[in-house]
Amino acid sequence: MSELLAVEAVTKRFGTLQALDGVDLVVPANTFHGLIGPNGSGKSTLLKAIAGAHLPTTGTVRFGGRDITNAAPYERARQGMSLKFQITAVLNELSVYDNVLMALQAGESVWSLIRSRARARLRDEVMHALERFRLASRADELAGLLSHGEQQWLEIAMALAPRPKLLLLDEPTAGMSPEERRVTGELLMPIKSECALVIVEHDLDFIRDICDALTVLDQGKVLDTGTVDEIQRSSKVQQVYTTRV
Amino acid sequence: MNKQKTPPGSVNFSALRIGRVLPVIEVAVLVIALVAPWLMTSSPELITLATNILILSLLAISFDLCWGYSGIMSFGQALYFGVAGYSIALIGRDLGFSHAWGMLPLAMGVGLLLSFIFAVFLLLGRRTPTVIFVSLGTLTGAYAAERLVSGWQYVGAGNGLSSVKLLQFGGFEMVEGPAFYYLALALLFAGYLASRYIVRSQFGLVLAGMRQNEERLAFFGYRIQAFKALIFSFAGMLAGLAGALYAYHQGFIGPGNMGPGLSTTAVLYALFGGSGTLIGPVIGTFLIETISYVLADQDAIKQYWPVILGTVLLAVVVFKPTGILGFVLTARERIGSYGGRK
Repeated sequence: MSELLAVEAVTKRFGTLQALDGVDLVVPANTFHGLIGPNGSGKSTLLKAIAGAHLPTTGTVRFGGRDITNAAPYERARQGMSLKFQITAVLNELSVYDNVLMALQAGESVWSLIRSRARARLRDEVMHALERFRLASRADELAGLLSHGEQQWLEIAMALAPRPKLLLLDEPTAGMSPEERRVTGELLMPIKSECALVIVEHDLDFIRDICDALTVLDQGKVLDTGTVDEIQRSSKVQQVYTTRV
Repeated sequence: MNKQKTPPGSVNFSALRIGRVLPVIEVAVLVIALVAPWLMTSSPELITLATNILILSLLAISFDLCWGYSGIMSFGQALYFGVAGYSIALIGRDLGFSHAWGMLPLAMGVGLLLSFIFAVFLLLGRRTPTVIFVSLGTLTGAYAAERLVSGWQYVGAGNGLSSVKLLQFGGFEMVEGPAFYYLALALLFAGYLASRYIVRSQFGLVLAGMRQNEERLAFFGYRIQAFKALIFSFAGMLAGLAGALYAYHQGFIGPGNMGPGLSTTAVLYALFGGSGTLIGPVIGTFLIETISYVLADQDAIKQYWPVILGTVLLAVVVFKPTGILGFVLTARERIGSYGGRK
């Protein structure tokens, strides 16, 4: 399977705090990879280092064979990387429709945006993205009026709309009801044919159901990595989870 | 009176409807502006005041594009205004050229170029700059320019440049009066329409998103700094046009027309009228300038006018940050809608 994302010996220090310590991670195309670990283990920091929100102190991040270690977030997005934040970051004062349009039109030139050339062309794509996440009937409402779960879906719809090669999801089911978590799993499964996924999630049942591989972090280091079955049998992982979680 | 209840599960259409107050206000202002000279035929000084208001409205709109639409707190709009004004005054004095077809585009170019230079230093860094950094940077630029021309004899030093050569339009020399008023109105209208076209386009959607969450937009693939630099430069171009019109209309340009004082006044015009609406700054300019004019004849009050103005504006900023238009516009209409299902 072709390698899409490769994180090599990445470290990240915040002052005296060593948040990541020599982390390696490989994600092939069209696979779902979960990042798990106790609180403070460095999962979200690793996701942000991949997305460009934090630059690694040392180490390398490659995406599609290109070194993007020091690339700005917008450059990574243009190469096909998409991120859903841990805290919902929909644009509350814009309509649900405009939120998705914002995500979709990012690839247009400035001149095209000024001329609004893509407004009509992207209409069907916006509605398709909303229908997929059960939000089409609320297209004209303000995004800030959606429920928490719906805002999470809207964010995933926005992240997926530009057809990324890699989707980074930081705790997509945080704050959701059990029913909303189940639906979120159902909504995410079909995207495996479209892109790879790196997901940080505390709900181990959820992550086990959808992921092909897992990486377990502990105190900024990779404790273990492998398929879901391998991780479940790992004595190192069991020790961490039984003693600290 | 029985209040009609919305049945459970049905769509509340009143919540979805986008208000239509703004176009009504825009048309009303345009109609009033078109007929105003006929109402002032017996008082040329009122036409002069009205022309001044139109010119300063263009400056206020240039600030509104920066702050109201893009979150760029610029205290330097007077710099582009003043430098463009000085440029046309110097060319008129030294080269004897003042044809509108050459000088007005030149003034726009001066404003565009100068604001772009500032954008390169203040906005186009690797990371998006803070509001404080940009506001202090633009303020410093305006202050430094004002000090520079105040001591530079070639540009008239503290006295500025007076007797600016009259603007040539076709075969006519444009002097104060109805003709200059309609020229200023036409240029304000053109600048307004161009600004309106931009802020309501898909580009405007990016600006609306930028105001709410810059970081989120960067992760979509937008280079936020570039969008800011573009709108900042466009705004500088409008300020440059306003500066040239002002110099031709007043026959004068001085250090006070390019410093923090006028820049701050432009901020007040926009905040008072309602920033992020384009028409709000026009209304704000009209109200502040008209009240200033009326009070200038009231000896008992005029010395307190700056204090009164400052207090009223402080109250607006604290209690009604959306300005006067905030009383009639919903937030939904002010922010706008950029696409839809239909």
